[in-house]
Amino acid sequence: MIYLLCLVLFCVGIYGLLSKRNIIKMIVGLIIAEHAVNLFFILVAYRRNGRAPILAPDVAITQMVDPLPQALVLTAIVIGLATTALLVALAIRIYGKYGTYDIAKIRELRG
Amino acid sequence: MPEKPEPGMTILVKTVTRLTAWLILLYGIYIVLHGHISPGGGFAGGVIIALSFIHLMLAYGKEVVFRKLSKEMVELMESTGALVFLAIALLGLTTGYFFGNFLPAGEPFNLFSAGTIPLSNIAISFKVWAGLFAVFLALVLLRIDNVGE
Amino acid sequence: MVELYFLLVFMIIGSVGALQAKDLLSSVVALGAVGLGLCLTFLILKAPDVAITQLVVEILSIIILIRATLRKDLPEVPTGGWMFPSAMGVGFAVILLLVALKCFPDLPVFGEPKLRVAQHYLDSGLQETGAANLVASVILDYRAYDTLGEATVLLTAVMGVLAVVRKVGRKKPDQPEEQTDA
Repeated sequence: MIYLLCLVLFCVGIYGLLSKRNIIKMIVGLIIAEHAVNLFFILVAYRRNGRAPILAPDVAITQMVDPLPQALVLTAIVIGLATTALLVALAIRIYGKYGTYDIAKIRELRG
Repeated sequence: MPEKPEPGMTILVKTVTRLTAWLILLYGIYIVLHGHISPGGGFAGGVIIALSFIHLMLAYGKEVVFRKLSKEMVELMESTGALVFLAIALLGLTTGYFFGNFLPAGEPFNLFSAGTIPLSNIAISFKVWAGLFAVFLALVLLRIDNVGE
Repeated sequence: MVELYFLLVFMIIGSVGALQAKDLLSSVVALGAVGLGLCLTFLILKAPDVAITQLVVEILSIIILIRATLRKDLPEVPTGGWMFPSAMGVGFAVILLLVALKCFPDLPVFGEPKLRVAQHYLDSGLQETGAANLVASVILDYRAYDTLGEATVLLTAVMGVLAVVRKVGRKKPDQPEEQTDA
Protein backbone atom coordinates (compact mmCIF):
# COMPACT_ATOMS: atom_id res chain seq x y z
CA MET A 1 0.00 0.00 0.00
CA ILE A 2 2.80 2.37 0.88
CA TYR A 3 4.58 1.29 -2.30
CA LEU A 4 1.49 2.35 -4.23
CA LEU A 5 1.62 5.88 -2.87
CA CYS A 6 5.31 6.07 -3.78
CA LEU A 7 4.47 4.94 -7.31
CA VAL A 8 1.75 7.58 -7.54
CA LEU A 9 4.36 10.19 -6.65
CA PHE A 10 6.59 8.86 -9.44
CA CYS A 11 3.67 9.01 -11.88
CA VAL A 12 2.99 12.63 -10.92
CA GLY A 13 6.59 13.44 -11.78
CA ILE A 14 6.39 11.60 -15.11
CA TYR A 15 3.15 13.41 -15.92
CA GLY A 16 4.84 16.75 -15.33
CA LEU A 17 7.82 15.74 -17.43
CA LEU A 18 5.66 14.68 -20.36
CA SER A 19 2.87 17.19 -20.47
CA LYS A 20 4.27 20.55 -19.37
CA ARG A 21 5.62 22.93 -21.97
CA ASN A 22 7.66 25.13 -19.65
CA ILE A 23 11.24 23.94 -19.26
CA ILE A 24 11.42 24.79 -15.56
CA LYS A 25 8.22 22.81 -14.98
CA MET A 26 9.77 19.86 -16.75
CA ILE A 27 12.83 20.08 -14.50
CA VAL A 28 10.50 20.17 -11.48
CA GLY A 29 8.77 17.03 -12.73
CA LEU A 30 12.12 15.29 -13.14
CA ILE A 31 13.13 16.21 -9.59
CA ILE A 32 9.85 14.84 -8.24
CA ALA A 33 10.40 11.54 -10.06
CA GLU A 34 13.94 11.42 -8.60
CA HIS A 35 12.52 11.93 -5.10
CA ALA A 36 10.08 9.08 -5.63
CA VAL A 37 12.83 6.67 -6.69
CA ASN A 38 15.00 7.59 -3.70
CA LEU A 39 12.03 7.12 -1.38
CA PHE A 40 11.35 3.71 -2.88
CA PHE A 41 14.87 2.51 -2.09
CA ILE A 42 14.58 3.61 1.52
CA LEU A 43 11.13 2.02 1.82
CA VAL A 44 12.50 -1.32 0.66
CA ALA A 45 15.31 -1.05 3.22
CA TYR A 46 13.03 -0.41 6.18
CA ARG A 47 12.64 -3.05 8.84
CA ARG A 48 9.78 -2.99 11.27
CA ASN A 49 10.88 -1.68 14.69
CA GLY A 50 14.37 -1.36 13.27
CA ARG A 51 17.08 1.03 14.38
CA ALA A 52 19.29 3.35 12.39
CA PRO A 53 22.46 1.57 11.15
CA ILE A 54 24.83 3.29 13.55
CA LEU A 55 26.45 1.31 16.32
CA ALA A 56 26.68 2.68 19.84
CA PRO A 57 29.47 1.84 22.29
CA ASP A 58 27.29 0.95 25.27
CA VAL A 59 24.09 -0.60 23.88
CA ALA A 60 23.97 -3.70 21.74
CA ILE A 61 21.60 -2.95 18.88
CA THR A 62 20.25 -6.10 17.37
CA GLN A 63 17.70 -5.10 14.74
CA MET A 64 18.96 -2.60 12.19
CA VAL A 65 17.60 -1.38 8.89
CA ASP A 66 19.40 -2.31 5.70
CA PRO A 67 22.43 0.01 5.20
CA LEU A 68 23.07 -0.88 1.55
CA PRO A 69 20.17 0.97 -0.16
CA GLN A 70 20.84 3.95 2.10
CA ALA A 71 24.40 4.14 0.82
CA LEU A 72 23.21 3.93 -2.79
CA VAL A 73 20.62 6.67 -2.24
CA LEU A 74 23.19 8.90 -0.52
CA THR A 75 25.28 9.03 -3.67
CA ALA A 76 22.21 9.28 -5.91
CA ILE A 77 21.00 12.44 -4.16
CA VAL A 78 24.24 14.31 -4.85
CA ILE A 79 24.26 13.13 -8.48
CA GLY A 80 20.70 14.41 -8.77
CA LEU A 81 21.82 17.85 -7.57
CA ALA A 82 24.65 17.94 -10.13
CA THR A 83 22.39 16.95 -13.01
CA THR A 84 19.80 19.50 -11.89
CA ALA A 85 22.46 22.21 -12.02
CA LEU A 86 23.44 21.10 -15.52
CA LEU A 87 19.81 21.19 -16.66
CA VAL A 88 19.29 24.64 -15.18
CA ALA A 89 22.41 25.94 -16.93
CA LEU A 90 21.12 24.61 -20.24
CA ALA A 91 17.67 26.13 -19.58
CA ILE A 92 19.19 29.54 -18.87
CA ARG A 93 21.20 29.31 -22.08
CA ILE A 94 18.01 28.50 -24.01
CA TYR A 95 16.29 31.46 -22.39
CA GLY A 96 19.15 33.73 -23.40
CA LYS A 97 18.92 32.59 -27.00
CA TYR A 98 15.15 32.46 -27.54
CA GLY A 99 13.76 34.68 -24.79
CA THR A 100 11.23 32.17 -23.55
CA TYR A 101 10.94 28.95 -21.57
CA ASP A 102 8.04 27.61 -23.64
CA ILE A 103 9.15 24.69 -25.80
CA ALA A 104 6.34 25.18 -28.35
CA LYS A 105 7.46 28.76 -28.97
CA ILE A 106 11.08 27.65 -29.16
CA ARG A 107 10.13 25.19 -31.87
CA GLU A 108 8.31 27.91 -33.82
CA LEU A 109 11.23 30.31 -33.51
CA ARG A 110 13.69 27.76 -34.74
CA GLY A 111 11.60 26.53 -37.67
CA MET B 1 21.65 57.44 1.77
CA PRO B 2 25.08 56.88 0.24
CA GLU B 3 25.42 57.81 -3.40
CA LYS B 4 26.96 54.56 -4.46
CA PRO B 5 24.90 51.63 -3.19
CA GLU B 6 26.94 48.81 -1.73
CA PRO B 7 26.59 45.38 -3.27
CA GLY B 8 24.65 42.82 -1.32
CA MET B 9 21.69 42.94 0.96
CA THR B 10 20.83 45.25 3.85
CA ILE B 11 22.91 45.81 6.98
CA LEU B 12 20.62 43.52 8.97
CA VAL B 13 21.30 40.54 6.76
CA LYS B 14 25.02 41.31 6.70
CA THR B 15 25.29 41.40 10.48
CA VAL B 16 23.48 38.13 10.91
CA THR B 17 25.59 36.57 8.16
CA ARG B 18 28.79 37.65 9.87
CA LEU B 19 27.67 35.69 12.93
CA THR B 20 26.29 32.60 11.24
CA ALA B 21 28.52 31.89 8.23
CA TRP B 22 31.44 30.67 10.35
CA LEU B 23 29.15 28.58 12.49
CA ILE B 24 27.76 26.88 9.40
CA LEU B 25 31.30 26.29 8.14
CA LEU B 26 32.34 24.77 11.48
CA TYR B 27 29.27 22.56 11.52
CA GLY B 28 30.14 21.30 8.05
CA ILE B 29 33.69 20.48 9.13
CA TYR B 30 32.34 18.67 12.21
CA ILE B 31 29.98 16.62 10.04
CA VAL B 32 32.84 15.65 7.74
CA LEU B 33 35.28 14.68 10.48
CA HIS B 34 32.74 12.65 12.44
CA GLY B 35 31.31 10.95 9.36
CA HIS B 36 32.39 7.48 10.44
CA ILE B 37 30.94 7.52 13.96
CA SER B 38 27.78 9.58 13.61
CA PRO B 39 25.32 10.45 10.83
CA GLY B 40 26.73 12.65 8.12
CA GLY B 41 29.78 12.06 6.01
CA GLY B 42 31.58 13.63 3.13
CA PHE B 43 28.56 14.33 0.95
CA ALA B 44 26.40 16.12 3.49
CA GLY B 45 29.34 17.95 5.04
CA GLY B 46 30.60 19.08 1.65
CA VAL B 47 27.22 20.50 0.72
CA ILE B 48 27.02 22.30 4.10
CA ILE B 49 30.44 23.92 3.56
CA ALA B 50 29.40 24.99 0.05
CA LEU B 51 26.21 26.45 1.54
CA SER B 52 28.20 28.54 4.02
CA PHE B 53 30.16 30.13 1.16
CA ILE B 54 26.97 30.64 -0.83
CA HIS B 55 25.39 32.25 2.23
CA LEU B 56 28.29 34.70 2.40
CA MET B 57 28.02 35.39 -1.30
CA LEU B 58 24.27 36.00 -1.27
CA ALA B 59 24.58 38.47 1.57
CA TYR B 60 27.73 40.38 0.60
CA GLY B 61 27.92 40.13 -3.18
CA LYS B 62 30.49 38.25 -5.13
CA GLU B 63 33.53 40.52 -4.66
CA VAL B 64 33.92 39.69 -0.97
CA VAL B 65 33.97 35.99 -1.67
CA PHE B 66 36.32 36.38 -4.63
CA ARG B 67 38.75 38.24 -2.40
CA LYS B 68 38.96 35.21 -0.13
CA LEU B 69 38.74 32.55 -2.78
CA SER B 70 39.22 32.86 -6.53
CA LYS B 71 37.56 30.70 -9.11
CA GLU B 72 40.78 29.00 -10.12
CA MET B 73 41.31 28.09 -6.47
CA VAL B 74 37.91 26.41 -6.36
CA GLU B 75 38.59 24.37 -9.47
CA LEU B 76 42.01 23.42 -8.14
CA MET B 77 40.43 22.21 -4.90
CA GLU B 78 37.93 20.08 -6.75
CA SER B 79 40.64 18.40 -8.78
CA THR B 80 42.72 17.92 -5.63
CA GLY B 81 39.82 16.19 -3.90
CA ALA B 82 39.31 13.82 -6.81
CA LEU B 83 43.02 13.04 -7.02
CA VAL B 84 43.36 12.40 -3.29
CA PHE B 85 40.41 10.03 -3.40
CA LEU B 86 41.97 8.19 -6.33
CA ALA B 87 45.33 8.09 -4.55
CA ILE B 88 43.73 6.49 -1.50
CA ALA B 89 42.18 3.93 -3.80
CA LEU B 90 45.52 3.19 -5.45
CA LEU B 91 47.36 2.97 -2.13
CA GLY B 92 44.87 0.29 -1.22
CA LEU B 93 46.64 -1.88 -3.78
CA THR B 94 49.38 -2.37 -1.20
CA THR B 95 47.00 -4.66 0.68
CA GLY B 96 46.17 -6.54 -2.45
CA TYR B 97 43.14 -4.92 -4.02
CA PHE B 98 41.76 -1.59 -5.19
CA PHE B 99 40.30 0.45 -2.30
CA GLY B 100 41.86 -1.86 0.22
CA ASN B 101 41.78 -0.44 3.74
CA PHE B 102 45.53 -0.20 4.27
CA LEU B 103 45.49 1.59 7.63
CA PRO B 104 44.78 -0.27 10.87
CA ALA B 105 41.18 -0.25 11.94
CA GLY B 106 42.02 1.19 15.35
CA GLU B 107 39.84 1.59 18.39
CA PRO B 108 36.13 1.71 17.46
CA PHE B 109 34.05 4.80 18.35
CA ASN B 110 37.20 6.89 18.35
CA LEU B 111 37.82 9.90 16.15
CA PHE B 112 41.00 8.41 14.73
CA SER B 113 39.73 5.02 13.72
CA ALA B 114 38.32 3.14 10.76
CA GLY B 115 41.43 3.22 8.61
CA THR B 116 41.03 5.15 5.38
CA ILE B 117 37.38 6.09 5.83
CA PRO B 118 37.96 9.54 7.43
CA LEU B 119 40.57 10.39 4.78
CA SER B 120 38.16 9.44 2.02
CA ASN B 121 35.46 11.50 3.71
CA ILE B 122 37.71 14.56 3.70
CA ALA B 123 38.66 14.05 0.04
CA ILE B 124 35.03 13.64 -0.98
CA SER B 125 33.94 16.68 0.99
CA PHE B 126 36.57 18.80 -0.78
CA LYS B 127 35.39 17.51 -4.09
CA VAL B 128 31.70 18.05 -3.36
CA TRP B 129 31.96 21.56 -1.97
CA ALA B 130 34.35 22.80 -4.60
CA GLY B 131 32.28 21.27 -7.39
CA LEU B 132 28.97 22.64 -6.18
CA PHE B 133 30.41 26.06 -5.42
CA ALA B 134 31.95 26.16 -8.92
CA VAL B 135 28.54 25.32 -10.36
CA PHE B 136 26.93 28.08 -8.34
CA LEU B 137 29.55 30.63 -9.45
CA ALA B 138 29.08 29.57 -13.05
CA LEU B 139 25.32 30.03 -12.85
CA VAL B 140 25.69 33.46 -11.26
CA LEU B 141 28.10 34.65 -13.95
CA LEU B 142 25.89 33.19 -16.66
CA ARG B 143 22.94 35.18 -15.38
CA ILE B 144 24.92 38.43 -15.64
CA ASP B 145 25.65 37.73 -19.28
CA ASN B 146 22.03 36.98 -19.81
CA VAL B 147 20.71 40.27 -18.49
CA GLY B 148 22.93 42.12 -20.95
CA GLU B 149 21.16 40.71 -23.97
CA MET C 1 3.01 4.21 10.52
CA VAL C 2 0.13 6.64 10.13
CA GLU C 3 2.50 9.58 9.87
CA LEU C 4 4.20 7.92 6.91
CA TYR C 5 0.94 7.83 4.95
CA PHE C 6 0.23 11.40 5.99
CA LEU C 7 3.62 12.60 4.77
CA LEU C 8 3.34 10.73 1.47
CA VAL C 9 -0.11 12.18 0.76
CA PHE C 10 1.30 15.61 1.63
CA MET C 11 4.14 15.08 -0.82
CA ILE C 12 1.78 14.01 -3.61
CA ILE C 13 -0.46 17.04 -3.05
CA GLY C 14 2.58 19.31 -2.94
CA SER C 15 4.01 17.94 -6.17
CA VAL C 16 0.70 18.30 -7.98
CA GLY C 17 0.61 21.88 -6.72
CA ALA C 18 4.17 22.41 -7.91
CA LEU C 19 3.28 21.22 -11.38
CA GLN C 20 0.02 23.13 -11.68
CA ALA C 21 1.07 26.45 -10.14
CA LYS C 22 0.58 29.51 -12.31
CA ASP C 23 3.97 31.18 -11.95
CA LEU C 24 7.35 29.55 -11.73
CA LEU C 25 8.44 30.94 -8.38
CA SER C 26 5.55 29.38 -6.44
CA SER C 27 6.17 26.15 -8.32
CA VAL C 28 9.77 26.08 -7.08
CA VAL C 29 8.67 26.88 -3.52
CA ALA C 30 6.16 24.02 -3.60
CA LEU C 31 8.97 21.76 -4.76
CA GLY C 32 10.92 22.81 -1.67
CA ALA C 33 7.98 21.76 0.49
CA VAL C 34 7.98 18.35 -1.19
CA GLY C 35 11.70 17.97 -0.52
CA LEU C 36 11.32 18.81 3.16
CA GLY C 37 8.50 16.26 3.41
CA LEU C 38 10.84 13.71 1.87
CA CYS C 39 13.50 14.61 4.45
CA LEU C 40 11.04 13.98 7.31
CA THR C 41 10.04 10.68 5.71
CA PHE C 42 13.68 9.57 5.63
CA LEU C 43 13.99 10.45 9.28
CA ILE C 44 10.94 8.35 10.16
CA LEU C 45 12.31 5.46 8.10
CA LYS C 46 15.50 5.47 10.22
CA ALA C 47 17.91 6.88 7.66
CA PRO C 48 19.55 9.89 9.35
CA ASP C 49 22.47 10.13 6.90
CA VAL C 50 20.14 10.33 3.93
CA ALA C 51 17.90 12.81 5.76
CA ILE C 52 20.77 15.24 6.42
CA THR C 53 22.00 14.99 2.84
CA GLN C 54 18.51 15.43 1.44
CA LEU C 55 17.92 18.53 3.56
CA VAL C 56 21.05 20.39 2.50
CA VAL C 57 20.84 19.27 -1.13
CA GLU C 58 17.24 20.45 -1.28
CA ILE C 59 18.26 23.90 -0.04
CA LEU C 60 21.01 24.17 -2.65
CA SER C 61 18.86 22.98 -5.52
CA ILE C 62 16.09 25.41 -4.54
CA ILE C 63 18.63 28.24 -4.55
CA ILE C 64 19.81 27.23 -8.03
CA LEU C 65 16.27 26.94 -9.37
CA ILE C 66 15.26 30.28 -7.88
CA ARG C 67 18.22 31.95 -9.55
CA ALA C 68 16.92 30.60 -12.83
CA THR C 69 13.43 31.99 -12.28
CA LEU C 70 14.00 35.17 -10.31
CA ARG C 71 13.56 37.85 -12.96
CA LYS C 72 11.56 35.72 -15.33
CA ASP C 73 8.52 34.81 -13.29
CA LEU C 74 6.38 34.94 -16.38
CA PRO C 75 2.92 33.49 -16.04
CA GLU C 76 2.54 30.34 -18.02
CA VAL C 77 0.49 31.27 -21.05
CA PRO C 78 -0.81 28.20 -22.82
CA THR C 79 -0.36 28.64 -26.56
CA GLY C 80 -3.11 26.44 -27.91
CA GLY C 81 -3.27 22.64 -27.80
CA TRP C 82 -2.82 21.83 -24.11
CA MET C 83 -5.29 18.95 -24.34
CA PHE C 84 -3.09 16.46 -26.17
CA PRO C 85 0.03 16.68 -23.99
CA SER C 86 -1.85 16.36 -20.71
CA ALA C 87 -3.91 13.47 -22.07
CA MET C 88 -0.67 11.81 -23.15
CA GLY C 89 0.93 12.39 -19.76
CA VAL C 90 -2.04 11.04 -17.83
CA GLY C 91 -2.35 8.08 -20.17
CA PHE C 92 1.31 7.15 -19.81
CA ALA C 93 1.13 7.47 -16.02
CA VAL C 94 -1.94 5.24 -15.85
CA ILE C 95 -0.33 2.60 -18.06
CA LEU C 96 2.80 2.67 -15.90
CA LEU C 97 0.66 2.30 -12.78
CA LEU C 98 -1.20 -0.69 -14.21
CA VAL C 99 1.99 -2.45 -15.27
CA ALA C 100 3.67 -1.82 -11.94
CA LEU C 101 0.67 -3.18 -10.04
CA LYS C 102 1.50 -6.60 -11.45
CA CYS C 103 4.99 -6.40 -9.93
CA PHE C 104 3.85 -5.63 -6.43
CA PRO C 105 3.40 -9.24 -5.24
CA ASP C 106 7.07 -9.90 -6.00
CA LEU C 107 8.34 -7.13 -3.78
CA PRO C 108 9.38 -7.92 -0.21
CA VAL C 109 6.69 -7.11 2.35
CA PHE C 110 7.07 -3.64 3.81
CA GLY C 111 9.02 -3.92 7.04
CA GLU C 112 10.73 -7.24 6.27
CA PRO C 113 13.68 -6.69 3.93
CA LYS C 114 15.58 -9.56 2.36
CA LEU C 115 19.03 -8.57 3.79
CA ARG C 116 20.85 -11.09 1.62
CA VAL C 117 24.06 -9.08 1.31
CA ALA C 118 23.58 -6.60 4.08
CA GLN C 119 23.43 -9.16 6.85
CA HIS C 120 27.15 -9.66 6.47
CA TYR C 121 27.71 -5.89 6.69
CA LEU C 122 25.56 -5.67 9.80
CA ASP C 123 27.28 -8.56 11.53
CA SER C 124 30.94 -7.93 10.79
CA GLY C 125 31.10 -4.31 9.66
CA LEU C 126 32.59 -3.06 12.90
CA GLN C 127 35.32 -5.68 13.05
CA GLU C 128 36.32 -5.36 9.41
CA THR C 129 36.31 -1.59 8.96
CA GLY C 130 36.21 -0.09 12.45
CA ALA C 131 33.57 2.47 11.53
CA ALA C 132 30.56 2.77 13.79
CA ASN C 133 28.45 4.30 11.06
CA LEU C 134 27.67 1.35 8.85
CA VAL C 135 26.48 3.51 5.97
CA ALA C 136 29.91 5.17 5.88
CA SER C 137 31.60 1.79 5.93
CA VAL C 138 29.46 0.63 3.01
CA ILE C 139 30.07 3.82 1.01
CA LEU C 140 33.78 4.16 1.53
CA ASP C 141 35.01 0.65 2.16
CA TYR C 142 32.82 -2.16 0.87
CA ARG C 143 31.45 -0.33 -2.13
CA ALA C 144 33.95 2.43 -2.74
CA TYR C 145 33.84 1.72 -6.47
CA ASP C 146 30.33 3.19 -6.56
CA THR C 147 31.56 6.29 -4.81
CA LEU C 148 34.40 6.66 -7.31
CA GLY C 149 31.88 6.45 -10.13
CA GLU C 150 29.73 9.01 -8.37
CA ALA C 151 32.70 11.36 -8.06
CA THR C 152 33.32 10.94 -11.79
CA VAL C 153 29.71 11.82 -12.59
CA LEU C 154 29.92 14.89 -10.37
CA LEU C 155 33.14 16.01 -12.07
CA THR C 156 31.55 15.51 -15.49
CA ALA C 157 28.46 17.51 -14.55
CA VAL C 158 30.56 20.38 -13.20
CA MET C 159 32.65 20.36 -16.37
CA GLY C 160 29.46 20.40 -18.42
CA VAL C 161 28.11 23.43 -16.55
CA LEU C 162 31.42 25.26 -16.93
CA ALA C 163 31.52 24.45 -20.65
CA VAL C 164 27.99 25.78 -21.15
CA VAL C 165 28.99 28.99 -19.42
CA ARG C 166 32.30 29.45 -21.25
CA LYS C 167 30.63 29.54 -24.63
CA VAL C 168 28.78 32.70 -23.67
CA GLY C 169 31.91 34.34 -22.35
CA ARG C 170 33.90 33.73 -25.49
CA LYS C 171 31.26 35.14 -27.80
CA LYS C 172 31.29 38.63 -26.27
CA PRO C 173 34.67 39.12 -24.64
CA ASP C 174 34.54 42.92 -24.42
CA GLN C 175 31.17 43.25 -22.74
CA PRO C 176 31.54 45.02 -19.39
CA GLU C 177 30.41 42.96 -16.44
CA GLU C 178 27.32 44.34 -14.82
CA GLN C 179 26.84 44.63 -11.13
CA THR C 180 24.47 42.12 -9.64
CA ASP C 181 22.92 42.24 -6.25
CA ALA C 182 22.04 38.81 -5.09
